[in-house]
Amino acid sequence: MDLSRRSFLKVSTVGSAVALGFDLSKAHAEMREFKISRTTETRSICPYCAVSCGVIIHTLGDKSKNATASVVHIEGDPDHPISRGSLCPKGITLKDDINNPNRLKAPKVRRPGSDKWEDISWDDAIKGIARHIKDTRDRTFVAKNAKGQVVNRTPGMAMIGGCTDTNEFNFLQWKAITAWGVPYRDSQARV
Amino acid sequence: MTNGWVDIKNADVILAMGGNPAENHPVGFKWFMEARKIRGAKLVAVDPRFTRTAAVADLYAPLRAGSDIAFLLGLIRYAISTGRFHSDYVKIHTNAPYIINDKFAFQDGMFSGFDPTTKQYAKESWAYEGNPAAQGSYTVDMTLQHPRCVFQLLKAHVERYTPEVVEQICGTPKDTFLKVADIVTSTGNAARVGTLTYALGWTQHSIGVQIIRAGAMLQLLLGNVGRPGGGVNAFRGHSNIQGATDTGGTFEILPGYLKTPTSQFQTLKDYNEAGVPTTLNKQAWASMNYWSNYSKFMVSLLKALYGNAATKENDFGYTWMPKVDGNYSWMYMFDDMYKGSSMRAGGKEPGPEGFITFGMNPVALGPNSKKMIAALSKLKWMVVVENVEIETARFWDAPKEYGGAAPSQIPTEVYLLPATSFAEKDGTFTNSARWLQWKWKALDPPGQAKADQEIISRIFLAVQALYRKEGGALPEQVLNVSWSYANPANPDLAEVLKEMNGKALADLKDPKDPTKVVKTAGQQIDGFGQLMDDGSTMCGNWLHSGVFTEAGNNAQRRSNADPSGLGMFPNWAFSWPANRRIMYNRASADANGAPWDPTRVGIKWNGEKWVGDTPDMKPDAPPGTFGAFIMLPEGVGRLFAAGLNDGPFPEHYEPVEAPIDNPLHPHVTSNPVALKFASDKDSIGKKEDFPIVCTTYRLTEMFHYWTKHQQGGVLNELQPDFFVEIPEALAHEKGIANGSTVKVTSARGAIEGVAMVTKRLRPMKIDGKNLWQIGFPIHWGFMAAKDHTGPLANFLTASVGDPNTWTPEYKAFLVKLDKA
Amino acid sequence: MTAQTLEIKRSSASLWGTTTGIRTLPTVAKYIDTTTCIGCKACEAACQEWNDLKRVPTTQDGSYQTMPQLDADFWNLIRFNEREVDGGLMWMMRKDQCMHCAEPGCLAACPAPGAIVQYSNGIVDVNPELCIGCGYCATGCPFDVPKFHAKTSKMSKCTLCVDRVEVGLEPACVKACPTGCLNFGEKEDMVALGNARVAQLKTAGFSEAVLYDPKGVGGTGVITVLKFNRPEWYNLPADPHVPLLVRAWKSILRPLGVFAALASVIAVFGHFTTYGPKEVVGSDDTLDRPRRDDERGPQ
Repeated sequence: MDLSRRSFLKVSTVGSAVALGFDLSKAHAEMREFKISRTTETRSICPYCAVSCGVIIHTLGDKSKNATASVVHIEGDPDHPISRGSLCPKGITLKDDINNPNRLKAPKVRRPGSDKWEDISWDDAIKGIARHIKDTRDRTFVAKNAKGQVVNRTPGMAMIGGCTDTNEFNFLQWKAITAWGVPYRDSQARV
Repeated sequence: MTNGWVDIKNADVILAMGGNPAENHPVGFKWFMEARKIRGAKLVAVDPRFTRTAAVADLYAPLRAGSDIAFLLGLIRYAISTGRFHSDYVKIHTNAPYIINDKFAFQDGMFSGFDPTTKQYAKESWAYEGNPAAQGSYTVDMTLQHPRCVFQLLKAHVERYTPEVVEQICGTPKDTFLKVADIVTSTGNAARVGTLTYALGWTQHSIGVQIIRAGAMLQLLLGNVGRPGGGVNAFRGHSNIQGATDTGGTFEILPGYLKTPTSQFQTLKDYNEAGVPTTLNKQAWASMNYWSNYSKFMVSLLKALYGNAATKENDFGYTWMPKVDGNYSWMYMFDDMYKGSSMRAGGKEPGPEGFITFGMNPVALGPNSKKMIAALSKLKWMVVVENVEIETARFWDAPKEYGGAAPSQIPTEVYLLPATSFAEKDGTFTNSARWLQWKWKALDPPGQAKADQEIISRIFLAVQALYRKEGGALPEQVLNVSWSYANPANPDLAEVLKEMNGKALADLKDPKDPTKVVKTAGQQIDGFGQLMDDGSTMCGNWLHSGVFTEAGNNAQRRSNADPSGLGMFPNWAFSWPANRRIMYNRASADANGAPWDPTRVGIKWNGEKWVGDTPDMKPDAPPGTFGAFIMLPEGVGRLFAAGLNDGPFPEHYEPVEAPIDNPLHPHVTSNPVALKFASDKDSIGKKEDFPIVCTTYRLTEMFHYWTKHQQGGVLNELQPDFFVEIPEALAHEKGIANGSTVKVTSARGAIEGVAMVTKRLRPMKIDGKNLWQIGFPIHWGFMAAKDHTGPLANFLTASVGDPNTWTPEYKAFLVKLDKA
Repeated sequence: MTAQTLEIKRSSASLWGTTTGIRTLPTVAKYIDTTTCIGCKACEAACQEWNDLKRVPTTQDGSYQTMPQLDADFWNLIRFNEREVDGGLMWMMRKDQCMHCAEPGCLAACPAPGAIVQYSNGIVDVNPELCIGCGYCATGCPFDVPKFHAKTSKMSKCTLCVDRVEVGLEPACVKACPTGCLNFGEKEDMVALGNARVAQLKTAGFSEAVLYDPKGVGGTGVITVLKFNRPEWYNLPADPHVPLLVRAWKSILRPLGVFAALASVIAVFGHFTTYGPKEVVGSDDTLDRPRRDDERGPQ
């Protein structure tokens, strides 16, 4: 009988092999394969608290052109000097955050007075936002304050963000805010 | 953090107060346990609740939410009165010997200089004797005996905080307090070191900064700042809250903690001069006064911002930068948004009509949710860039109890743009220990979601194009900002990091030998020491300088070699500033440059230079040349600090919503200069109506307002629903059963949740009266994964806060509790 | 990749295992130090994620504990208990999971050949393909661990991450544990670690501190440091034994013959007894049993 271990097991579940006198449990350990043996590993940093644990993101496929990556597992990076492979319950379940079916996948707009979202293309969204920024800036720009000092600011705009994003994004955001003259800017650091 | 996460293992004593590290930073907490394992360190947890940290602490001390200053000043009093402080350290590394001028006073709960009409302090009397700013020197008493030296003033100030008074105010049993004091002050010497860890349990109070100061003062007295295993360690709550702050994320600062220009500084020269403090010399212990390099950092930043448009002739574009008048921080932002205007420099200006939020959820994050929603309802437009549909995006459809108008009455146009998660982009995060660590992109975002850098860039370029085409208000401000990336619509983050590090724009000569060229034009600079104020260098953030040099991207370094064995890992990633792992490390050594403890060397003087960690000191300046605190004009740590808005010493004040009159000075119960607002949505509860102290916090199983959105996620299984923690005896008194539903009401609103009846919150006797404390976690809201919505914790909190940081008082407010 | 096959020391309803004696593997063990556990549930989450288990609907009913007891889809549960000891409050957290007994009652009780095995490294595992869902293993377990999965009609429980261990890794929960209250290695080393920690606790004044490695089941592959020698405070049986009836089945009935037909008869019987009163399994395990399903510890 030339059976591979796997097909042998299938036969065994039918029950007939018992009568053959084989101990079927022998091949059992093979049934649970090591699920990340050929995943692609990417080193990253946990996005939650400021311990900044090292995480290894395991994605499906080997990053070849025709493979679409998806996250199959996340585990601590044992080389990371702070976390040394460990993670808290939030870090260990980061897969649920990335793969969350509630993730937004397309831009939306809620028009004034409306009670629903409408789909909008990226180009139209960017165009609409830029128009709002320009109109608000032109409308509310304060070149000089009540004392006659040059202040060049746009009190009609406020902006918050950055604590969940990279330093590089933060720098770009700061440049944009400064370009628009926005005085109202704040971040998670305040609250 | 002055020190690093792994450095905690070097401590002999760990005081965890104003934070619950086991809950909120469990992996960092690993090093608490390691300290116990390898050094037999003692962990002391001081908290209103018996927390997860308390569960494994050597000693737990309960205290009433908001009474931390009384506890800490009690510890300082104990240290001074028993002589258990590090006097050699105090003499050379703090301003304890400095004499204060004779106009300074503290009486009946008020410091000198209070103006009852403006409700602010004039700070002139909180100064060193003489006129050090003009003369450059002033008197000290190294014996610490002069009645007006800082040490004696501090001693007199804390004299009232006896263990009995601590018990009266904090509710901490006297014997427990004394046990804490004994353990904590055991580090007040050269042989032992203690660390202090805190988080938002200290920050989110109307006296938050003064609580933290009290903690820092305690650490200075014990000689624990700058030493391995010591320091004052703020555990920050978001992956890049440190980096965002470093990069000018708040209205009052620019990248690298340069000051946002105010209207009074109309020229770059005036601005730069104001940025440089006058060096205060104290004989041999001069200050390096490192801010004397201010203009180099600022001009290099302007060159990064405006590129070639910034020239010496046009003040490097300084005039285009927006100037502020007054306060534009969170609570002001939403108050002005709600009012539609604000008064600035004596004139009325428009309030925000447009609002952009990147990766933040202000409806959930801000105090007084009703006011937040009412404010957003006044906007013309809003942009929300997020991974999921958050409360802020959907504010126009909030449940009725939040008091919002009908959608048809809300004119706000809301754009909701799908962003990437951390795994879908690269770039650096800065952790609490100031490490900039690069992360690599693992996969593409779902659907049409885009990286935030692409979103901000595309909006920026579209606005620039409109100004180029149509003109408008001061188009130079918009058009001159440099966006000269290889791919401007989606900049490579490595290219941006290089820009932040800075580069030479002309050949840079060696100041010691002008025939030598240190950097040729176009090369990345090695560190902020090479920056110039003549336009020959550019740098997006002087603090980050050194992160991306000609050697490459140092944030990507991954050597976990640790030659000192102290957990510094000098070649892992990059730690600002200058790859320094312990701030103020000069204070880890004595007057001669020898380490206080030879087994735990921060830096030491080898006869020629400082060796060890990157010295927080001119590397070749012999001991005795400069003080250890190089950013301060005195060069020493401040036990007396004149710069704050609510006093040079901390003083116990009750929360704005005070459960009792202040036992020390009943006529000055709360912080006299606490931040408050006066709109019709800002009501403050009285103790007669709301007799219970309430506090809010995070859980280890959830992250802020994010993880509730994970459909089918494990975390929603581990903590499925909102709950309210209630002391057993209070539950008994009110007939509340464990697991039943209760209603918590503040002056702002009411929420309902599952009662968790527990021994971990205990009845407290405060100022002779019985007082209850309850608390609840913050993680829920009206938008979440199916079956996991809940009330917003901040529905109950007030728009009141600290007068220095303008951070809201989330940790102590008044409520009443009923069966639902 | 095909995993290396672990040899099997014991197999349910079988007279012999498959140990050839050629390869000798050290016995492995997991170490749990309840005195440094912060109840963060990283282990719970790591277990769910590594094993791709389904979500169990939970409710907040006044406790930090995720659910009242282990579940077929939840193999690792921190049990929270508040207790006042000498006037001081203790908030005790104990990781509940399969104990991987040296003499596993579940395996002894199982009537399906090969459905429960003990590998040569000591790990006790359920083979879902051979499990007949009779639930008799639950009656053989003094720790109330194996749980019946209603959808698949199979029993399931912690595998000690045998798929990780056999390629040289530690279990997912151990790796994740932030405080290091979990450790993994050879049993000998884990016992040494436990004894050292117990000695440390005794020096610190906890004279009752003990390493829980109960002899009634031949010792366990999961050993636990307790600050107080009161296992019941941690929802652990004080002196666990394999129930008498199970032992009788194993030592008397089974040698009489192993046949599929008989096995199925036993299976039906076993299924009945599982969901009947627990007391039927014998008197020697009724004392100090872990709490019943409906008895959740306070917080």
